[in-house]
Amino acid sequence: MNSKLYLDQEEIAEARSLASAIADDVVAFIADKTTVAIERTVLRLLSLDGVDADYVPLPNVVVDHVHERGQLHRGVARYVINAMLHTGLGIQAIGEAVAAGELDLLALPPRPDAEMFARGQEEAQIALSRINRNREARNHYLSRLGEGPQPYIYVIVATGNIYGDVIQARAAARQGADIIAVIRSTGQSLLDYVPYGATTEGFGGTYATQENFRIMRAALDEVGEEVGRYIRLCNYCSGLCMPEIAAMGALERLDVMLNDALYGILFRDINMQRTLIDQNFSRMINSYAGVIINTGEDNYLTTADAVEAAHTVLASQLVNEQLALRSGLPPAQMGLGHAFEMDPMLEDGFLFEWAQALMAREIFPDAPLKYMPPTKHMTGNIFRGHVQDALFNLIGIATGQGIQLLGMMTEAIHTPLIHDRQLAIEAARYIFNNARHLRDELEFREDGKMVRRAREVVHEAKDLLREIEARGLFRALGEGQFADVKRSLTGGKGLKGVLIRADDYYNPIETALRGALGLPSANVGRLEPKGREPGGRESEGREVGGHA
Amino acid sequence: MRDLRHVRPYGDTLDDGMVQFSFSLPVPHGEEAREAARQFVAKMGVLEPQVVHAADLGEDMTFFVVYGKAPHDIDYTAIKVPKVESPVMDFYEINQFIRDRIGRKIVVLGACTGSDAHTVGIDAIMNMKGYAGEYGLERYPEIEAYNLGSQVLNEELVKKALELKADAILVSQVVTQKDVHIPNLGELVELLEAQGIRNKIVLVCGGPRLGHELALELGYDAGFGSGTLAPEVASFIVNEMVKRTVG
Repeated sequence: MNSKLYLDQEEIAEARSLASAIADDVVAFIADKTTVAIERTVLRLLSLDGVDADYVPLPNVVVDHVHERGQLHRGVARYVINAMLHTGLGIQAIGEAVAAGELDLLALPPRPDAEMFARGQEEAQIALSRINRNREARNHYLSRLGEGPQPYIYVIVATGNIYGDVIQARAAARQGADIIAVIRSTGQSLLDYVPYGATTEGFGGTYATQENFRIMRAALDEVGEEVGRYIRLCNYCSGLCMPEIAAMGALERLDVMLNDALYGILFRDINMQRTLIDQNFSRMINSYAGVIINTGEDNYLTTADAVEAAHTVLASQLVNEQLALRSGLPPAQMGLGHAFEMDPMLEDGFLFEWAQALMAREIFPDAPLKYMPPTKHMTGNIFRGHVQDALFNLIGIATGQGIQLLGMMTEAIHTPLIHDRQLAIEAARYIFNNARHLRDELEFREDGKMVRRAREVVHEAKDLLREIEARGLFRALGEGQFADVKRSLTGGKGLKGVLIRADDYYNPIETALRGALGLPSANVGRLEPKGREPGGRESEGREVGGHA
Repeated sequence: MRDLRHVRPYGDTLDDGMVQFSFSLPVPHGEEAREAARQFVAKMGVLEPQVVHAADLGEDMTFFVVYGKAPHDIDYTAIKVPKVESPVMDFYEINQFIRDRIGRKIVVLGACTGSDAHTVGIDAIMNMKGYAGEYGLERYPEIEAYNLGSQVLNEELVKKALELKADAILVSQVVTQKDVHIPNLGELVELLEAQGIRNKIVLVCGGPRLGHELALELGYDAGFGSGTLAPEVASFIVNEMVKRTVG
């Protein structure tokens, strides 16, 4: 491909290989670990759902049951499948019996491994075919109804009430939206369980529950038929229940998922070990389900300066790309994030934004890049805000972004009102249509400001990746390399849910996913990562973070 | 000559009363919708309402832009707005003031509390780099500044305040839904009072929807609106601290 920005392809290749080494180091670190969230995800994919009398989700009840007896590091599936073989009951009945205190999973004598493996494989295949049917349903809709052209118009709804969200979402789809994201209720990322059922109250958003997913999916399918376009549904699989929400999304045919450990580490203070382990598994699920993931690099620019920190976005995208590949996620499902966040008073800022957006496009040619609107420099001046969003939209179409998260003129004032969204969609459609092929018509001066800017960013990103590679990602995060935020290996929320896998750890879902995605099998040796003091290894089965 | 005792909106002619509205009504798009919008604005007491734009939002909702002429007037000369009155010092003066008048480093906590995830405001005041050319409090050698970030619970903030022996707390509220910032700000005051440390702390809030008057009503010592820079806030804090020890 010819680079319109005359990017140094060798330098990009070098940056990529540094990112690859960083990712290898992370993968080696997480290979021998599991988490309570991963174990709950296994149960959900094996079709355990529902809550106990106290509204505790059954996946939590069963995982805690095994964990309290000190055996979770062997994999929850082992005990559940053993119980299925013994009792002849399905997983739901077993979960309910455990919740009622009528069944102790560990008291049952173990069946021979071969028998358990055979049953586990069978159950995992049932789970995968369920997901696969959703993938096929999506493809069927896409071929029958079609979809809007890229950049996809992405808008959020956030009423707190799923039925209110449905009204706003259907209206947005009729106005021209291609992707509807239901913003989660504040603080859900810090809950170590997924709420259950349809919800009508939330703070700044609506709880992600499987029932809410189902309600919104049905509404969007219905309106999609009316408008003759498949409407994608987006939610957030980040935070402490990252893989569980990925599983719920796979089961309810979500199409796009925020899925970024780095975001959780930096902006929600989630423990880095916990969330990188969770991310690895959740990305396998997203990959298999055909879900486009979105990463959160755009957020770096809300705390750090958008000009000075541009290279941290690129460096992080390269790392995220390599981590995603190691979960079997193809580039066509990598919605890597970046943003239009420079100070609008900066002379030639528009040129720099354009150069960076085109640079991202050229470096990740097959990725449906997620381009985020101005937020940091939005003021109460809604009229100026609308113009800022217009410039952002112009760059979106002129650089071929994949997903355009529309800015709202009322950003920084309130969650979007119904007409804020309509005005945003109307403006974006106008600009996208009016400048549809602008990109094909333009070339840039090789000695110009834009080419220089893009080269500079690539160069700085490569240097940063070299530094990170030398220290390891964990230490780099500790030193505040991203977003000016510092996080430690053992700090943050959720570390106590991390476990070292036993040698006979069993996870039939992971095995099946790895097989289907062409990934090497798990338990690939245990290497100490860079940036972590050697010799501090915990004994088998102990929680990495001490007792609950 | 302008009559400041009878002020009306200005479009292009003094006293023309020109105002613009934009809003949605939950009615299907059409002639009846336009008439509904016109009558709605007329009911607000606006004369000659003109519906210049109506758009179908789907779901039987319609969006309008309406212009009209407001007959009401305001007595500008009678307006009194409580403002933070302390003199504003610069970076160097503030640090010197702390050394001379307080004699130790002061501890300032900043947080964006409750459901709000927008740290723009608190970052502008706290961050090393600051905003609009003014350093944030983290750069002040005589201030130990802790920015706790976004979505901080009031309980957590109070715990930190006790732990770090805070002299001042800055709370930012940028984006709120259904005015949730009001009870949230009130709750912090109650928690500080329950811990018996309210009067030991200079309590300040800020954000686009917060003024000094509302802040005082909510039990804060000061409130700052959008566009406030670090020295204004820091000047208030140090003056207030000294005033309290003297008073």
